[in-house]
Amino acid sequence: MSAALKMDTPAPLMRLKDVHVTFRTRDRTVHAVNGVDMELAQGEVLCILGESGSGKSVTLRALMRLLPKFAQVSGGVEVAGRDVMAMNEKELSHYRGGDVSMIFQEPMTAMDPVFTIGRQIAEVVQRHEGVSRSVADARALELLELVQIPSAKRRLAAYPHELSGGLRQRAMIAVALACRPKLLLADEPTTALDATVQIQVLLLLRELQQKMGMGVIFVTHDLGVAGEIADRVAVMYAGKVVEEGPVASFMAGPAHPYPRGLLNSTVHGNMRGKILTTIPGAPPSLSTKPVNCSFAPRCTMAEQACLDAIPPMVELGGGRRARCIKLG
Amino acid sequence: MDTQIDQSGVDRGGPAQPLLTLEGLQKHFPIKGGLMGRTVATVRAVDGVTFTVQKGETLGIVGESGCGKSTTARLLMRLMPPDTGTMIFDGESVGEGNAGGIALRDYRRQVQMVFQDSYASLNPRLPIEDSIAFAPKVHGLSDAEARTRARDLLAAVGLAPQSFARRYPHELSGGQRQRVNIARALALRPRLVILDEPVSALDKSVEAQVLNLLVELKAQFGLTYVFISHDLNVVQFISDRVLVMYLGEVAEIGPVDAIYDRPAHPYTRALLASRPSMDPAKRRTEPPLTGDPPNPVNPPSGCRFRTRCTLAEDVCAAKKPLMADLGGGHLAACHIASPGSGHSKAGVMA
Ligand SMILES: Nc1ncnc2c1ncn2[C@@H]1O[C@H](COP(=O)(O)OP(=O)(O)OP(=O)(O)O)[C@@H](O)[C@H]1O
Ligand SMILES: Nc1ncnc2c1ncn2[C@@H]1O[C@H](COP(=O)(O)OP(=O)(O)O)[C@@H](O)[C@H]1O
Ligand code: SF4
Ligand code: SF4
Ligand SMILES: [Mg+2]
Ligand SMILES: [Mg+2]
Repeated sequence: MSAALKMDTPAPLMRLKDVHVTFRTRDRTVHAVNGVDMELAQGEVLCILGESGSGKSVTLRALMRLLPKFAQVSGGVEVAGRDVMAMNEKELSHYRGGDVSMIFQEPMTAMDPVFTIGRQIAEVVQRHEGVSRSVADARALELLELVQIPSAKRRLAAYPHELSGGLRQRAMIAVALACRPKLLLADEPTTALDATVQIQVLLLLRELQQKMGMGVIFVTHDLGVAGEIADRVAVMYAGKVVEEGPVASFMAGPAHPYPRGLLNSTVHGNMRGKILTTIPGAPPSLSTKPVNCSFAPRCTMAEQACLDAIPPMVELGGGRRARCIKLG
Repeated sequence: MDTQIDQSGVDRGGPAQPLLTLEGLQKHFPIKGGLMGRTVATVRAVDGVTFTVQKGETLGIVGESGCGKSTTARLLMRLMPPDTGTMIFDGESVGEGNAGGIALRDYRRQVQMVFQDSYASLNPRLPIEDSIAFAPKVHGLSDAEARTRARDLLAAVGLAPQSFARRYPHELSGGQRQRVNIARALALRPRLVILDEPVSALDKSVEAQVLNLLVELKAQFGLTYVFISHDLNVVQFISDRVLVMYLGEVAEIGPVDAIYDRPAHPYTRALLASRPSMDPAKRRTEPPLTGDPPNPVNPPSGCRFRTRCTLAEDVCAAKKPLMADLGGGHLAACHIASPGSGHSKAGVMA
C-alpha cells in the first residue's frame, strides 16, 4: 500500500456499524439504540449529545460489551481493528481496562469502597500487564500525579469515600488510564460536579487526551461541555444519530431541526425578559421500533413525507451529516 | 368560596416594605460521634446570613455544592428553626403569633417550596389532582372547591386536566411532574415561592418550558420567588437580584446586571469564569479556581474564600471582610472592595 493511499484512508480507532440494542422483558420492550453508525479517528474527541433516554449510555455500553444478557444487540463494533462482537470472555476482560476503559458520572460505581485508591490502580496494572507489585505501586503514584491529585503520595492510602467529589473523579480517571487505553469512554463524568470543579476536570481530560494521544468518546447532555472538549459532535435522538459534524460548525448553527431547537432552548448569555424558545412535547417512548422520523411529532417543519420512512443520513459537506428530508 | 384561606395573603406594608427580611440567620448542625454520642464537630451550614426579599422580585441564590443554599431554603420555609437570627415577613416577626407577629401556620401557608427531585416530593399512591387538592382541603376548602382549584392549577401549568388529573406520578415525565409540583406549591395561593434547583434534573428543552412557565405564573399570580440554582445562566435569565453564597456566608449580593457585568468579589468572578463556553474558539485554558470547596466544618479564619483566592493577603486571614457597599444595592464581602481595609488593592479595583 502506498503512503499516499494510507493517508487517504487512515483506519478509524473505533467503528460502529448499524448497531441496534433492544431490551425485552416480560412487561416492557425498549428499542434503545436503533441503527447507530459512528466512527472515531485516532486521538479524536467525539461528544455524543442528547437528552436523557436517547441511547447515549447504552451505545457506550454496547461498545464495552457491558449490556445485560437479556439485551438483544446486533451490528458491528470494531475497536483498533478488532471485532469486539466476536470476542470471548477472556478477550473481553483484556479489552476492558486494556484497550478501552470507561469513566462514569458517579465515581463510586467504578471504584471499590473497601480498597485504597493506590491498591485499586496497582491491581489494574498488575492484572493487565503482569508486572510485580512494586512496579505496579510505582505506576499508581505516577498516575495520581498525572491526574494532578495534590499530595499524591499520601492519597495512595486513601479510600474513595475519604476524597472530595473532584478528587474522587480524578482518582477514577487515574484507574481508567492505568493501562494507557487507546480509547476512553466517558459517560457524563462532570455532570454531578460544580462548575468550578467541572472545568478543572474538563481541562485535565483534554490535557491527558493530548498527552496520551487517545481517542475519547464523551457523553454529555450539556452543549457547553461539548464546546469545551469536543473535536466532533454526534447528536442522538430516540436511539439514532440525527446530526454529526465538527464542533465549531455545529455550534455556529446545527442543520437538523432537533439540535437547532436544543441550541435555541439552552439558556446562555443574557436572555432575561425574553421568552425562551422551546421544543414542544417530549421524546417518544421507545416501545416500538421507529419506522419514520422520530422527531416528527415535535417538529414544526414536519410533513407527510417525514412519516413515510426513516429519513436517510444526508451529507452536507465539511464533514457534516444530518438525518432530515428537508436537507441536502 | 375560598376566601377563607386567601385573606391572610393580602399585602400589608405596601410595595416598599420587603416581603421578607432576614437578619443574622444561623444554622449549625452538630455531628455526633464516639461512645457517648457527644458532639465531635459542628457543620456551620448557614453562618450569619442577612438579606431581604423584595415584593414581586426573583432573588437568585448561587454557590457551590454544600455552601448552604438548601439549608437557607429550609430556614426560609421554617422547616426548621434557625439557631439565631430574625425573620420578618411583611412587617411581622415570624413564629410569634401571639406576640404580635405572624404564626407559623399562617406563614407556612404563604410561603411554599418546589424541590429538585420531582418524584420524591409527590405521593406515588395519589392521582396528581388529589395531591394538589390535599393542602387546600386541610386548610378548609370543601372537596369540590379543592378539586376545582386543583384542575384550574393543572391547566395553568399546561397540563390539560381532562387527560392528566387522574394520572399517578409514575405516569408522567420529569418535566410534567415538576409542573405538578409547581401547581401544588401554588394551591394555597402563596405570596412567596422558594424554588430549590427546580429545573436541574430536567433536559434542556424541558428546562426551557418550565422556566417560561415560572415567568408566566409569577406575573399571573403576583408571586415573589427565591430561586436557587448552581446554573449561572439560568439564574441570570430568571433573577432580578442575585445572592452569591460561599461556605455559609453571603459573598456578594446585588442587581443581576451588577453581579454579572461588574462582579466585585473574586469568588463571583471565578464562578462566572467557570461557565463552559459554547464557542470552541473561546475555550478556557486555565481553571479559574483550583481545588474543591472546603468543608463547612472548619471554615478558614478571616475571609473564608482566602484558601482559594489568588488575591489573598495577610489581612484576609486576620480579619473577616465587612460588607462593602458599592451603591445601587450592590454589596460585596471582600477587603478589596472596602477602602481602608488594609488590603493593598483596596480601593484600586472596582
Ligand atoms: N441535617 C444536617 N445535618 C448535618 N449537616 C447538614 C445537614 N443539612 C445540611 N448539612 C450540611 O450543611 C452544609 C450545607 O448544606 P446545604 O444542603 O444547605 O448545601 P447546598 O448549598 O444546598 O448544596 P447543594 O448545591 O449540594 O444542594 C453541607 O456541608 C451539608 O452537608
Ligand atoms: N438495562 C436496561 N434495561 C431496560 N431498559 C434499559 C436498560 N438500560 C437502558 N434502558 C433504556 O434504554 C433507553 C436509553 O437509555 P440510555 O442509553 O441510558 O439513555 P441516555 O441517553 O440518557 O444515556 C432508555 O429508555 C432506558 O430506559
Ligand atoms: S425529517 Fe421531517 S419531521 Fe424529521 S426533522 Fe426533518 S422536517 Fe422534521
Ligand atoms: S477578602 Fe481577601 S481572600 Fe477574601 S476574596 Fe477578598 S482578596 Fe480574596
Ligand atoms: Mg446516560
Ligand atoms: Mg441543595
